[in-house]
Amino acid sequence: MNAINQSGWKPEMGNAGETAPATFTGNKALMLEEALIFEIGTAATTGVDLADAPKVAARLGNLERHRDIGLPGLSEPETVRHYTRLSRQNYAIDLGFFPLGSCTMKHNPRLNEKVARMAGFADVHPLQPVETVQGALAVINELAMWLIQLTGMHGVAMTPKAGAHGELCGILCIKAALAARGDPRCVILVPESAHGTNPASAAFAGFSVENIPATSEGRVDLAALTARLGPDVAGVMITNPNTCGLFERDMKAISDAVHAAGGYVYCDGANFNAIVGRVRPGDLGIDAMHINLHKTFSTPHGGGGPGSGPVVLSEALSPYGPLPYTARNADGHYTLIEEETAQEYHPHSFGRMTAFHGQMGMFTRALSYIMSHGADGLRQVAEDAVLNANYILRSLEDVLEAPFAHSGPCMHEALFSDNGLADGFSTLDIAKGLIDEGYHPMTVYFPLVVHGAMLVEPTETESKATLDQFIGALRSVAERAKAGDPSLKSAPHHAPRRRLDETQAARKPVLVWREPEQLVAAE
Amino acid sequence: MRYLPLTPSDRHAMLGIIGAKSIDDLFVDVPAQARLDGPIRGLPNHASEMAVERHFSTLARKNMTASQHPFFLGAGAYKHHVPASVDHITQRGEFLTAYTPYQPEIAQGTLQMLFEFQTQVARLFGCDVANASMYDGSTACWEAIGMAGRITKRTKAVLSSGLHPHYVSVAKTMARYTGDTLDTALPDLSAKTDSVRLLDAIDGETSCVVVQYPDILGRIEDLSAIAAKAHEHGALLIAVVTEPVALGAIKAPGDMGADIVVGEGQSLGVGLQFGGPYVGLFACKEKFVRQMPGRLCGETVDAQGKRGFVLTLSTREQHIRREKATSNICTNSGLCALAFSVHLTLLGEKGLRGLAQLNHALAVQAADRLTQIAGVELVNDSFFNEFTLKLPKEARPVVRALADHEILGGVSLGRLYPGTDALSKGLVVAVTEVVTSEDVETFAVALQEILA
Repeated sequence: MNAINQSGWKPEMGNAGETAPATFTGNKALMLEEALIFEIGTAATTGVDLADAPKVAARLGNLERHRDIGLPGLSEPETVRHYTRLSRQNYAIDLGFFPLGSCTMKHNPRLNEKVARMAGFADVHPLQPVETVQGALAVINELAMWLIQLTGMHGVAMTPKAGAHGELCGILCIKAALAARGDPRCVILVPESAHGTNPASAAFAGFSVENIPATSEGRVDLAALTARLGPDVAGVMITNPNTCGLFERDMKAISDAVHAAGGYVYCDGANFNAIVGRVRPGDLGIDAMHINLHKTFSTPHGGGGPGSGPVVLSEALSPYGPLPYTARNADGHYTLIEEETAQEYHPHSFGRMTAFHGQMGMFTRALSYIMSHGADGLRQVAEDAVLNANYILRSLEDVLEAPFAHSGPCMHEALFSDNGLADGFSTLDIAKGLIDEGYHPMTVYFPLVVHGAMLVEPTETESKATLDQFIGALRSVAERAKAGDPSLKSAPHHAPRRRLDETQAARKPVLVWREPEQLVAAE
Repeated sequence: MRYLPLTPSDRHAMLGIIGAKSIDDLFVDVPAQARLDGPIRGLPNHASEMAVERHFSTLARKNMTASQHPFFLGAGAYKHHVPASVDHITQRGEFLTAYTPYQPEIAQGTLQMLFEFQTQVARLFGCDVANASMYDGSTACWEAIGMAGRITKRTKAVLSSGLHPHYVSVAKTMARYTGDTLDTALPDLSAKTDSVRLLDAIDGETSCVVVQYPDILGRIEDLSAIAAKAHEHGALLIAVVTEPVALGAIKAPGDMGADIVVGEGQSLGVGLQFGGPYVGLFACKEKFVRQMPGRLCGETVDAQGKRGFVLTLSTREQHIRREKATSNICTNSGLCALAFSVHLTLLGEKGLRGLAQLNHALAVQAADRLTQIAGVELVNDSFFNEFTLKLPKEARPVVRALADHEILGGVSLGRLYPGTDALSKGLVVAVTEVVTSEDVETFAVALQEILA
């Protein structure tokens, strides 16, 4: 039965060989261009129905705002369409493989979203009486207990808002511990391969930062580090596994040497995913380590946050951790230790880092993820993450230079360099070529210790079939770069935008939208 | 395990290709004494989705939620109705599960949204430019003080007594390590702010004056005189806005001369969430843009001349400048910025003004009703949607007693300023569009009973 065709409609395949003409709209079928809200909205449009305000005499201190604010409104259907169209111009972990090294782009389970949205967590105010938020405090406490157990540390500061905020927390603990013993040490040692946040955090707290070199194996040079230790060195900040994707074999020896010289050991825990459940940082002599809940524990990155960066602390540094924190009484009741009770329970705290109790919405998600995996599942997470990375390393080291592959297995990420590409071809071209293949590129040009670095972190939530296809795609793009294929220089060809002019953006910054006539007037 | 796609035979095959006998071969670099031979003891093993959900449901029930009770808390976090489409959009995987837009060709959705967000924030605050967000209002406030220090090359910051005490605490923590000195004071339980103190304190050493608008007690004051005095002495005025909805009704700080305006954006789109994640707003005059902390999104063109957006001016940032960066911030609050921006787009000029008017009118009515209770006085001459009551007795136990009546009845100044007797009778009451006249009546009746 074919009712439509009875009236004469005949399906035709058309001519697949013709080139596509430019469209009237600039759209390409499902790839839709979208104007700015300032170009499509109006001041008179709103997508919200509000009750009329009762008539009262205003008590605004004669400060009524008369001038237009300049906020365009859209109706609800226009709003939903605007942001839906924008969303389709984003690459995301839900859409495909996202091997961005050091960022741990793993699957974000939707159960976590569901529990975070339960009214009991999403709809409670941070200053409610503690008797009315016992369940919320229980979540913070349960997550804290997991983090302490998984790291083998003594305590944990839950309030830091992201990884860099956590680094600052750890550094302030070190500063406070030194101050408590009247020790004026002022130097923090940071390996060359560190994340930029490490030296920035140390400098923010008033430390001067000195680099320590890496060995040809891509690890911290223990001899150089030991030689630099002395009465002015407050501590070291080391990433382990490091940003070359390698485990610092000498970590315990480094910690012992730093401690013997009177300093403290900060560990950047951005790469904890590689070792969770298999190694406890507490067993390596670490004094403070932040944990990016938005990396290891799967809370979504949201296009640039929010993150969450609890800091686990050794017995030596725990007394200095920030306020407020949650405590569980013997009767099972939870309390908040704030400035008021700090003198009694936490007299050496360095103080408050943020207005309230940290990233509650991330705590619920992370705890949900941790409970789902459990102790056995988390160990499997690390094993699969490391297995996937080594699989990529060994499958591609014949086509891309892997500078530290000779050092042994990598941890959760595989590092390649741009050595051996054709003249004029770089890591950037490979990255843009991968975009056309339907992937988010790996981290590029980081760590700085490798020329044209490409840092590939697959995570454990990718199947072997996904990895095999990616390996094939990266091999193909790398071979084009080695052969000097000019079409790679203009990649991406199929993304919503071609390469963007970042120089112009920085030279004449346009950071807000202005009416076209304003622009003319300003010329 | 439901989140792990590798099968045992995949693992076996992959180990073979790598040339490893077992997974342990890949962990050989871990020192022997630090290797765990099995799952960490004493911790539970994996759990089903149903079991985990059940656990959280049990804990969630132990909290009193804002929507299900008469609710009057503010003091830096406000309960507003968030349209359903906001959460729908923030749950789209393309926004939720994207990373910081380092590859702009495939991140135009996030980048255009940030450009729109920056414009909305700048306009709301009456500033030229805004950044792509900070962690929250309190850290944005501290970063602004640091920025003023870099611009003026001075270290003395004068903080208004009306600045949220937790924001003051954060600034004090940071100042202890950066060598800044902070001139601070406690507020008086009166309609008068401490602007005279601020004006007196500004001198040639001052980097900035920091004023919250409306302030912690809900008072609203013209900032023009403080701005003028600050500028006369080469100092900057930083205004702090913890309730951005207010700017639908009252003048923008930038229009009164503020050089940097920071704020907490939680009120629009984000929700209460027990204090986080929230979204720090950060705006300033264009001439200061190169001293700003945080990510900035800028307009440019692609190789074919089409308009597009990128992260820009990154030579200020830690991944380039390392220890010389303007801030150590990296990840900020992108998804909350999206929620803020969607909510503000739904409101538009008309909606924001209507919402602000409604908030103010309901707050005026509530203030009138609550001050009918014997012994209850209104501290404020001016306010937006939040005001301070002086009760005839200490407010903190009253708040607890109200909770026993299933009413979340404001924030006591005893909670915010523990141990300060002069403030202990103060109760900060916020009234937004979610509060009904029945809620106010229930609150008033219970308060009268408790005070009797």
